[in-house]
Amino acid sequence: MAAPVPLLELAGMHTHIGRYHILHGVDLAVPEGYVSVLLGRNGAGKTTALRTIMGLWRASQGAIRFAGREIAALPTPAIARLGIAYVPESMGVFTALTVAENFRLADWRGDPAPARLEAVMAAFPVLAEKWRARAGTLSGGQKQMLAIGRAMAAEHRLLIIDEPSKGLAPVMVAQLTEALARLKEGRTTILLVEQNFAMARALGDHVAVMEDGRIVHRGEMATLAADIALQTRLLGLSLASHQ
Amino acid sequence: MTPIALIPRESLPYLVLPLLVLVALLGMSFSTWLTLTVAGLAMGCMLFLAAIGLTLIFGLMDVLNFAHGGFVTLGAFIVVAVLGTGSLAGLGIAAALGVVALAIALAAGAGAGVGLVFERLLIRRVAGAPLRQILITVGGGIILQQLLIIVFGAEPLPLPRPLALRGSVIIAGAPLERYRLMVCALGLVIYAATHLALNRTRLGLLIRAAVENREMVEALGFRASTLFRLVFAAGTALAAVGGVIFALYAGMVTADLGGEIIILVFIVVIIGGLGSVNGCFLASLLLGLANNYVGFLAPKLALGTDIALMLIVLLWRPRGLLPMDGA
Amino acid sequence: MRLLSEDRPGHWLLAALLVALLLVLAFAPFLLPGTKALAVAARILIFIVLAASYDLLLGYTGIVSFAQTTFFGLGAYGVAIALSGGGGWLALILGAAAGIAVSVGLALAMALLSLRVRAIFFSMITLALARFAQVLASEWRGLTGGEDGLTFSVPRLIAPGFHPFASPILGLRISGTVIAYYLIFAVTLVSFLVLLRIVNSPFGRVLQAIRENPFRAEALGFRTIFHRALASALAAGFAALAGAMLAMQLRYTNPDTTLSFSLMIDILLMVVIGGMGTLYGAAIGATVMVLAQYYLQPGLSLLAAAARGIPLAPALFDPERWLLWLGLIFVLVVTFFPAGIVGSLRARANAAAHPPIA
Repeated sequence: MAAPVPLLELAGMHTHIGRYHILHGVDLAVPEGYVSVLLGRNGAGKTTALRTIMGLWRASQGAIRFAGREIAALPTPAIARLGIAYVPESMGVFTALTVAENFRLADWRGDPAPARLEAVMAAFPVLAEKWRARAGTLSGGQKQMLAIGRAMAAEHRLLIIDEPSKGLAPVMVAQLTEALARLKEGRTTILLVEQNFAMARALGDHVAVMEDGRIVHRGEMATLAADIALQTRLLGLSLASHQ
Repeated sequence: MTPIALIPRESLPYLVLPLLVLVALLGMSFSTWLTLTVAGLAMGCMLFLAAIGLTLIFGLMDVLNFAHGGFVTLGAFIVVAVLGTGSLAGLGIAAALGVVALAIALAAGAGAGVGLVFERLLIRRVAGAPLRQILITVGGGIILQQLLIIVFGAEPLPLPRPLALRGSVIIAGAPLERYRLMVCALGLVIYAATHLALNRTRLGLLIRAAVENREMVEALGFRASTLFRLVFAAGTALAAVGGVIFALYAGMVTADLGGEIIILVFIVVIIGGLGSVNGCFLASLLLGLANNYVGFLAPKLALGTDIALMLIVLLWRPRGLLPMDGA
Repeated sequence: MRLLSEDRPGHWLLAALLVALLLVLAFAPFLLPGTKALAVAARILIFIVLAASYDLLLGYTGIVSFAQTTFFGLGAYGVAIALSGGGGWLALILGAAAGIAVSVGLALAMALLSLRVRAIFFSMITLALARFAQVLASEWRGLTGGEDGLTFSVPRLIAPGFHPFASPILGLRISGTVIAYYLIFAVTLVSFLVLLRIVNSPFGRVLQAIRENPFRAEALGFRTIFHRALASALAAGFAALAGAMLAMQLRYTNPDTTLSFSLMIDILLMVVIGGMGTLYGAAIGATVMVLAQYYLQPGLSLLAAAARGIPLAPALFDPERWLLWLGLIFVLVVTFFPAGIVGSLRARANAAAHPPIA
């Protein structure tokens, strides 16, 4: 099942923020065509890892390869232009702009292709209803859909999503999970950070667990999902009890 | 329910302007009021030109350019260079407008060019260090001013307006200066153009998006630094255009012009809300009108009008009238 | 060391410079003949207090204010207004006290305002206020004498025509000017030591903590607004004191010498060139700048004369254009040596004491 050369590969990645040493050598492979999930408690370094991939923090050591290319030294826009679509934890929706205007900025090449927009609207019909509304007036769940939809609308090879379920009502989480599952069927490569184990289990092919800035477990999601004892050890009771 | 409660809170700042205009009408005859209102709007439009670039640059990059006034001075000297000191006074209206348009174009070009050099040599070196940014733009402003003195001289240069742009028209018994009407029209055009550019074009949307969340714009693949340079150059170009208009209005240019105007520009930006185009326009008009009304009604108080207005607005809305709406 | 509040210069060269500066200033009337040299020395003393007071704000607290000249001017005009009605020591002291009191009050009001607005707003507001103060002083002729300012006479003891001793002492004929100089010297020395004491007290360290990270300082339980307000008030008070000394020494006060924006730039340059956040830096910066003002301009005119044949060069070296050179120096210092003279020397001393581990 594992692809020979992963689309994205982190090797011994260290990140410092100011004088704090956050990541202590992260190794991770994201194979093409699968959903990889990064799990871990708050403060484990998941968001920092994603931000380092995007060049929003600088790796102080180690390598980041995307499609065979070393990207650790590239500026953020250059990284994005290689085909990485990123949905940050804060969603990054432009609240002063309308939904339509947010989509106009989805792709740096120009207005996104109508076919892509249609696919997004099919996944999140509410965005079509709110097309002329200012993004600032959307609910939290709608903003998250806009953020993910905007990422989907750009031509990309890898979709990175940072904790989409955060702060959302269960019904919203279910809707998001469904939409992402459809993306997965279309063989989109996704790197997903989640704390909601139910969502992670529903979507993930591969899983890696972070703790204190290191990867402490990696393997198949099915293996972790079947092993309650392993879940408890790696993720603690609070996460396992989400199911 | 009181009438005030019926008005949405966020539109309250917009009401200040008509309120000021109406209250002023109570204190004077209609023709005086009309003259002063046009004069105030003209002054407001000039302030808007000088302030818009400053507020956009700040919104986009958190850079407050204390040298911005130097670019106003640059524009003022350029119009002196184009018009000379009086030889073109006899031009007809079309030719006069043409010469002014040429001066505006040259000033915009020079403003953008010098602005790019300024950004490259100074601003870029201190990105992300607010204290050093303030200091380096103050230093850069001194250098720019002194260089302008070396090129154009330290003596005040007279700038007689072409005859065709002098004089007044009488409307409803009120003498309205032609040049002021022209400035009003130009100010409106530039405000409308800025507004349309920021709301209708993809580039404008991108600028507004970057004002709100620069990081996300970069994560979408856009180069925010290029965007910033573009806005910086546009802002310094507009400041230079503002300098042309101010110089023609004042009829005299000195190297201190920008330094004096920049204080008013800062007050405009503070009142309007840093980073806000609409706020900048609103505050410019407020300041221009208040100055003219107070100057007529209570000349002794004119000196403190700007400061008083600034303090009142800050006590009411510490972030300015219309903070950072991006448009 | 108790006197220096345990704040050692930190580098032998800096220590030597400071000792030399202290000695020269202490014996200036005897070492430097002529009224001009003594005036320069007095100006250095006054600007040491002014720059140090500004450093308390800019360097130690991280507040960028352009209104330090306003307080300087208030002190100067306090003395000027009090003395222009005649009167002696009582008027002088009352005038200075009034100037200081008004400055402290204004600084506290501004600190309250700064609570409500962003730091960058505050900087812009101070610029507008400083400009307003300058225009007010120029326009309010009845009180301030307008652009011409006020000329007045000082108490007999410190007036130039006063000669207490018939014969010279150590080769110097003691005059009121010399006595005034030593009065300024004493006030400056005490002020500087008090400021040194303040920045090295727990209060001073809290200020620096707030500068580094206001949110963290707040979280640690420090009332940042209280500390900032107190720092602003102290800075304003000492600036007014410096202004009062300037008025006393010059025997006139006008908007240009006390309130102008170029004076504010001078103060900024002093603090930045000397090294922000080190009072010794303010002292060195003030000395360098005042010397440059008096001796750089003649130097420039020599250069201009020498470069007469080269196009543009005479214009560049015109003594009137010395602000251009100061601006350049300023930009270069901010870009390449943001720690200033003192900070750079201290960094060297530290590097020598703790060589980096290879």
